[in-house]
Amino acid sequence: MKFIYQAWWKILGVLLVVYTIIAGFLFTVPALPILHETIRNVYFHVPMWMAMFLVFGVSVFYSIRYLASGKEEHDLIAIECVNTGIIFYVLGLVSGMLWARYAWGEYWSNDPKQNSAAIAFLLYCAYLVLRNAIDEEQKRARISAIYNIFAFPIMIVLLFILPRLTDSLHPGNGGNPAFGKYDMTNEMRAVLYPAFIGWMIIALWIATLRYRIRLIENKQNSL
Amino acid sequence: MIKKLVCLVIFLTGYVSAFAQDVEMADTMRSSGKIYVVVGTIAIVFIGLAIYLFTIDRRLTKLEKHND
Repeated sequence: MKFIYQAWWKILGVLLVVYTIIAGFLFTVPALPILHETIRNVYFHVPMWMAMFLVFGVSVFYSIRYLASGKEEHDLIAIECVNTGIIFYVLGLVSGMLWARYAWGEYWSNDPKQNSAAIAFLLYCAYLVLRNAIDEEQKRARISAIYNIFAFPIMIVLLFILPRLTDSLHPGNGGNPAFGKYDMTNEMRAVLYPAFIGWMIIALWIATLRYRIRLIENKQNSL
Repeated sequence: MIKKLVCLVIFLTGYVSAFAQDVEMADTMRSSGKIYVVVGTIAIVFIGLAIYLFTIDRRLTKLEKHND
């Protein structure tokens, strides 16, 4: 875990995001009806979700490790990863709403993708409520670890599987092709994939900062 | 004081733009809808936030060393 104190990967993340901010505006994009220039939102809206996935995934990994090891630090990593993931969740949801206003006509059109995203958001809010509801530390850690392990696949189902089974306005769902199939050019990929990696690193960085703060708080509380 | 400053800024920007109307040179930042200015703004905002994150990181490192 020494790498969380090192700087090189944080600098890499910042450079990648700066690159995507500049290239994301200046590289050419396909001219599509309705979307127009808002297609560039792909570089900023989708990476929020990718970043969220990474930190939620790390959280599940450490929840499983906690159940195996019983080490308190593993539980602390899990909770701080979820806390960070929720920030990116909100950013993804709100940026998606703004985009929807101009691509679909309304901020919230009760689209299956939007509705299941809202449900999955509540799923993770329930995780935080659950944690606050249990006072005894080991019990809290164990129960919330189990909850977290179940919440993650349910979130995947809600965000990626259910909307695909019905009609949705969101690309990649229902009868709609994903962006990748027809609209994505290689020039766009040259921005999009670095954006994924860059924002994932930023999210991981924030999670490690929160974890380190939590470690100090934990030490002070136990004194 | 503030009113005077605002007047000065308005005067200066008006003065500069009055002279900038006809002759255009090295105009990347002002060309085609001025999107480059927006790119610059967002880049500055993000770099600023990143530097802020780095300072938090450094403060935390100090705190950690102090705590051990």
